[in-house]
Amino acid sequence: MFKSLGTPPPLPRWAEVLLLPLINIAVAFLACAVVIWALGENPREVLWTLFQGPFLYPGNLGYTLYYATNFIFTGLAVAVAFHAKLFNIGGEGQVTLGGLGVGLLVMSLGPTLPAILMVPMVILVSAAFGALWALIPGYLQAYRGSHIVITTIMFNFIASAIMVSLLSGPMMQPGQMSPQTPPFPSNAVLHKTHDVLHWLGFDQVANSPMNLSFFVALLALVGTWMLIWRTRLGYEIRGIGNNPDAAHYAGIRVPRIVLLTMAISGALAGMMALNEVAGAQQRVILNFSGQYGFVGIAVALIGRNHPVGILLASLLFGALYQGGTEIDFNYQSITREMVTLIQGLIILFSGALYYMFDPWLARILALILPRKANPEGGPS
Amino acid sequence: MTQPVGSAQQAGGAHSAPRLALELEKISKSFGPVRANRDIDLQVESGTIHGIIGENGAGKSTLMKILYGMQGADSGRMLVNGKDEDIRSSADAIAKGIGMVHQHFMLVPTFSVLENVMLGTEGGALLADGRTATRKLLAEFAEHYGMRVDPDALVGSLPVGIRQRVEIIKALKGGAKILILDEPTGVLTPQETEGLFDILRVLKADGVTILLITHKLDEIMAITDRVSVMRRGEMVGHRDTKDTNPQELAELMVGRKVLLQVDHTPANPQELRLTVDGLGARSKAGHQVLQDISFELRAGEILGVAGVSGNGQSELMETLAGMRAVGEGGFDLLGHRVDARNPKGPDAMRDLGLAHIPEDRHHHGLILSFQVQENVILGYHHGPLTGQGLLMDRDKIRQHSERLIEEFDVRNGRSNVLAKHLSGGNQQKVVIAREVDAVPKVLIVGQPTRGVDVGAIEFIHKQLIALRDRGCAILLISVELEEIMSLSDRIIVMNAGRLVGEVARGQADENELGLMMGGGRAKPKVPAAQGEASHV
Repeated sequence: MFKSLGTPPPLPRWAEVLLLPLINIAVAFLACAVVIWALGENPREVLWTLFQGPFLYPGNLGYTLYYATNFIFTGLAVAVAFHAKLFNIGGEGQVTLGGLGVGLLVMSLGPTLPAILMVPMVILVSAAFGALWALIPGYLQAYRGSHIVITTIMFNFIASAIMVSLLSGPMMQPGQMSPQTPPFPSNAVLHKTHDVLHWLGFDQVANSPMNLSFFVALLALVGTWMLIWRTRLGYEIRGIGNNPDAAHYAGIRVPRIVLLTMAISGALAGMMALNEVAGAQQRVILNFSGQYGFVGIAVALIGRNHPVGILLASLLFGALYQGGTEIDFNYQSITREMVTLIQGLIILFSGALYYMFDPWLARILALILPRKANPEGGPS
Repeated sequence: MTQPVGSAQQAGGAHSAPRLALELEKISKSFGPVRANRDIDLQVESGTIHGIIGENGAGKSTLMKILYGMQGADSGRMLVNGKDEDIRSSADAIAKGIGMVHQHFMLVPTFSVLENVMLGTEGGALLADGRTATRKLLAEFAEHYGMRVDPDALVGSLPVGIRQRVEIIKALKGGAKILILDEPTGVLTPQETEGLFDILRVLKADGVTILLITHKLDEIMAITDRVSVMRRGEMVGHRDTKDTNPQELAELMVGRKVLLQVDHTPANPQELRLTVDGLGARSKAGHQVLQDISFELRAGEILGVAGVSGNGQSELMETLAGMRAVGEGGFDLLGHRVDARNPKGPDAMRDLGLAHIPEDRHHHGLILSFQVQENVILGYHHGPLTGQGLLMDRDKIRQHSERLIEEFDVRNGRSNVLAKHLSGGNQQKVVIAREVDAVPKVLIVGQPTRGVDVGAIEFIHKQLIALRDRGCAILLISVELEEIMSLSDRIIVMNAGRLVGEVARGQADENELGLMMGGGRAKPKVPAAQGEASHV
């Protein structure tokens, strides 16, 4: 059919990792510019607002990084599971449970323990509750064959129901009408970055919800990279993801690795509660999970399931969230939903249509770059 | 439609000067940088059997796909019966009188023979006419060529040889004068192969031109009139079969001298390493796939398991390697009992000193999307190969992998190349390197040379013999009878999940083994086979 074109040459690795995503994002913004133009605004101005918003105004960088923290955790959660070819769509529920776990811990222990003990416990509990919530679908997948996509979706609903019933009941702050817990005592919170910086003497730093959990997220990025590419467990996770039959042949106990993978994935998702609950809000509020669990799927997709990619994708999405607020503030005809549109376009071009430009780019590069000598020549 | 080939024969074809049924001129085809076919010239005389031989990846299949219209050539000219033709689809090819029997049969197992043959030529909206016509066609084939098939039998219930017959009838039903057979004997017993050759001879006598693609030299010698040899996408020689010999063809295929016969020295069997008694196993669906298997395996010997593919050999390997649960009976491996009550997984088996070269390297032996250095530790990644620490010792793994690449001559091999980018023979070398280097006490090998070129076969066979001489007990399972006969010290034969007999090296006769593989009763002198033979 495409006789004249033939099969395109393979794309160089640097082009696939770097050039292709940039082209995809550029095309997404181009499509967005068309929409803005159709709405009667100047695309250049609007997009410029979107770009400078997250970075230039005081405090906005903090907001960008605060959003990015959420995306890093949920993106990593999806990526770890995906290395074992498990599609964990339950990030939302695991985030919720992580937050509820933190809330229960803080409310039951109160301000008794010093922060040096309490904060590590908060971190552990957020991870443990998230892990537990992912373990159940993991078990059902590994030993009962129930598909993980179905069960994790159902567990999102269950988690959300549990949250409503607890926050409007036993965990609700007495004497309040809104479904939220009392504020956390200061021994149990992850401090805001600007507070820490003020304390260190940088007085002019503007306020933002960014807090110390951003650095936990950075550690999680490094830890995940080590886990997947440097440990035996990571090797086994990638093994069952790439070829479960060969993994079985190699003596890897596939069900056990499925359980462990889901636990790690859930733990990472649960730790998003550090940012929202222990850091930004310093209390559990209804729906703090804010759909980040779902957007994490897109982040992992665009980040190609690699920690570096996830960091970049998280920063991009964080910037878009913050930039969207600026657009909303500055323009009448364009609302915050424009950002959702851009997000959608980015997901469309970077995810669903990822390989659309691949053959063309490969042909162009093959023309430009000097042709490497084919060592074998034969089709062996 | 219902005309058999014979009546469509053109007058004058048989006695005039050599007429070309097929002529290819400078056919080229590239996939990206890979040139699968380079300036292929080929002339096939009408009414002859023409063999095309070459190693895996030599470009035979690509050439046939071009002929049959499944792929377009980049350049070149094709003449069918002297006329310039542009074949763009298999429908085109069929219309031009070219039929093809694929390596993997294209039959619907739940349809009857009649329905399968009718497929595509049903006639009108109601099937009655098509049925009558097809029944008549089948009767004509039976009478004319002796290709007897029960029209109402379900294809799924037929032996492989008969299924292939149905494929041939399908290929010829439209009056095809050129028949392409792609590796037709891979799944056949020697007897079935002989049956196929008889049919081919009748077809040839009837004026059909046959193109036989194979990598088996003995078949070329047995049946073809002329043979063309391909190597690395090029035609490297055309010979009249009567003027050549297997040695010359093998050298043309590989491009250097090869040792066709394995240097097999007498074995020196030592202590018992594996005792299997009354072993049985079931498939997931509950079918008995292994039944009452008993044999012994000693250090320093190679025990060959012969059998037609799909008669329980794969299940036997998987059970012994711990990948499949034991049903009845069990086995003693190096002093450890394994049965339904004492199951052991693949990891436990490996710890005991059992290595396993699986028959399907793509599904089991390798993770194709992993690098070579990640593949050479597969199954041994908890052992000393990956170092002591919490993190895997990458330098150590790389050094190990580089040593294996060097020692086992993995061509184009670098530690960080993905396994899928290696050729079949080199992939197999990676698997063999990993398992042999573990210095196993017992090695289970399945199809060690499937899809591997002649040069690599020689190397792999030498490795196996050397490992045996170092005192390893080797169980060799292969559907290549020649491989079994040249490597094994003893041979056991499987049929329908049971053992049907045992033969010592030297006493093995291809015909006798073939009969046993087909389910025939072994000679009474073989004790293991008494009352055990089952029939297909």
